[in-house]
Amino acid sequence: MFNKLYDIVEKIRPNFEEGGKLHAFWSVFDGFATFLFTPNTPAKRIGAQIHDGNDSKRTMIMVVLALVPAMLFGMYNVGYQHFLATGELVKGAVTCAMFWKAFAFGLLALLPYIIVSYLVGLGIEFTVAQWKHEEIAEGFLVTGFLIPLIVPINTPLWMVAIATAFAVIFAKEVFGGTGYNIFNVALITRAFLFFAYPTKMSGDQVFVRTEGTWGWDNGKTLVDGFSGATPLGQLATAPDATAQIHDTLGSPMTLLDAMNGLYPGSVGETCVWAIALGALLLLVTGVASWKTMLSVFVGGGVTAALFNLSGATAVAATPWYMHLVLGGFAFGAVFMATDPVTSARTEVGKYIYGFMIGMVAIIVRALNPGYPEGMMLAILLMNCLAPLIDWCVVQVNISKRMKRA
Amino acid sequence: MAKLLSDKTREAFMGPLNANNPVVVQILGICSALAVTVQLKNALVMGVAVTVIVALANVVISALRNTIPGRIRIIVQLVVVAALVTLVSAILKAFLYDVSVALSVYIGLIITNCILMGRLEAYAMSNGPWDSFMDGLGNGLGYTWVLAVIAFVRELLGSGSIFGFQVIPDWCYEHGYVNNGMMMMPAMALILAGCIIWAHRALNDKEDKK
Repeated sequence: MFNKLYDIVEKIRPNFEEGGKLHAFWSVFDGFATFLFTPNTPAKRIGAQIHDGNDSKRTMIMVVLALVPAMLFGMYNVGYQHFLATGELVKGAVTCAMFWKAFAFGLLALLPYIIVSYLVGLGIEFTVAQWKHEEIAEGFLVTGFLIPLIVPINTPLWMVAIATAFAVIFAKEVFGGTGYNIFNVALITRAFLFFAYPTKMSGDQVFVRTEGTWGWDNGKTLVDGFSGATPLGQLATAPDATAQIHDTLGSPMTLLDAMNGLYPGSVGETCVWAIALGALLLLVTGVASWKTMLSVFVGGGVTAALFNLSGATAVAATPWYMHLVLGGFAFGAVFMATDPVTSARTEVGKYIYGFMIGMVAIIVRALNPGYPEGMMLAILLMNCLAPLIDWCVVQVNISKRMKRA
Repeated sequence: MAKLLSDKTREAFMGPLNANNPVVVQILGICSALAVTVQLKNALVMGVAVTVIVALANVVISALRNTIPGRIRIIVQLVVVAALVTLVSAILKAFLYDVSVALSVYIGLIITNCILMGRLEAYAMSNGPWDSFMDGLGNGLGYTWVLAVIAFVRELLGSGSIFGFQVIPDWCYEHGYVNNGMMMMPAMALILAGCIIWAHRALNDKEDKK
């Protein structure tokens, strides 16, 4: 089947090449052709080679695959929380039919976000590529997949569209496109939403879909005792240090509950197991750096442990291991901090960069109740500082060698 | 027909409006451009204040230019500007109290506005009063139009109003439209200023291209 597809692609290729009648659409054709097959343009046989002719689409596809478990679980969780809120689903007694119903609900709820994110982002990318006569850059493949996973499920679609357009234009294209961006584009999308429409991005109304989707299950009354606040949201607004986190129906959450991820939050961030699966794939294929990933967790753990010593507020008193599994910490550490474009590139720099992400994230959580989740701000801040870290590492290395000589 | 303005005077006035705009080309006065553009009304009052002050200060300094000793010229310029700023500030407090409160410290900070010192040093110290007046007027208006454009977008998208009047119908809000809070932040004003610079350079293709 693949051979046949290859023949078709090769047969229509001349139409798009220089002089062909569809040459105007070369970048679109090239985009899809190299998406399917390894490009037929290996690195030139001159000089020393650091990289081979591998297309970065291959790398991107690995990341997308790694995100799939988190997305599938996110879909189920969206449906699970909805039916929990309407009382249709009984906690601890999920039947097979109920499982699929919850999954279908989540799928239908999340699908529009995926479509909007890709439509807007790829639309801009394709337009810019055609306009500048460049190849279509593949960076948005991952960004478009990340965006639906890091926003609350109740975010209006038009907001997602505006934020995606803003991020792609101002965080990426103005810097020169894929590979030249300073900031993680998906996180800029989220940051734009967060600062432009704060009422839709935080609080206890946005993380659980209480209304139906596509007209299915609209206007249900919610069960007594329902609360859509995320665990970190509860901690940030807790009156004293002894407050306990609880799930949507008010029963307390243990470490295992937090790792299983059946609690309100941005779509893809809740389940640690699903994220761990993705992390495993990224580490085995060598796409993400284990140094960055590990040091984010170490940085977060150490800082949270230090706050545990004071324990003055509910956030500070939350055990350090809970901090690492709640909210977007794990998701950010695995999929955002390791972004090869925006993270530090020197090997020592990766440790510093990761450690400081974890540290800043916990500091934001603990010291600023206005931002219950610190991961987004921490990664964006460190994106800013990554070149500086690299510069320092390189300089230290140079002066060391100078002394040795 | 005799020309209304000589070529030099015309250049002094027209240059700063477009090709040599103080904000989008010389990147001066950015700080106040970000701070006072949340509402169109404030931005226009600020623009008018700067225009008046820079035009009058230019005239005064230009008239005194041959008697100011070179070594203390900056302090003389500052004294003239400070006097004018105090005047404008007092007038605003008397007749436009609410705007004066909204602009708060930024009226006083016109003293340190780079556009003013720049024009005094670069133009008024070496040109006649009439040309200097037109130069000051041009620079002030060049500053004002950039502020007005930024403030128009920010007020429209950030508060849904123009000059304080709501222009986005209630119908939109009832159907889920929400004002963009990002527009209320100086960060977005900087991005808008960047967009204006971008458009300006794309239109005026004379920028040195390497």
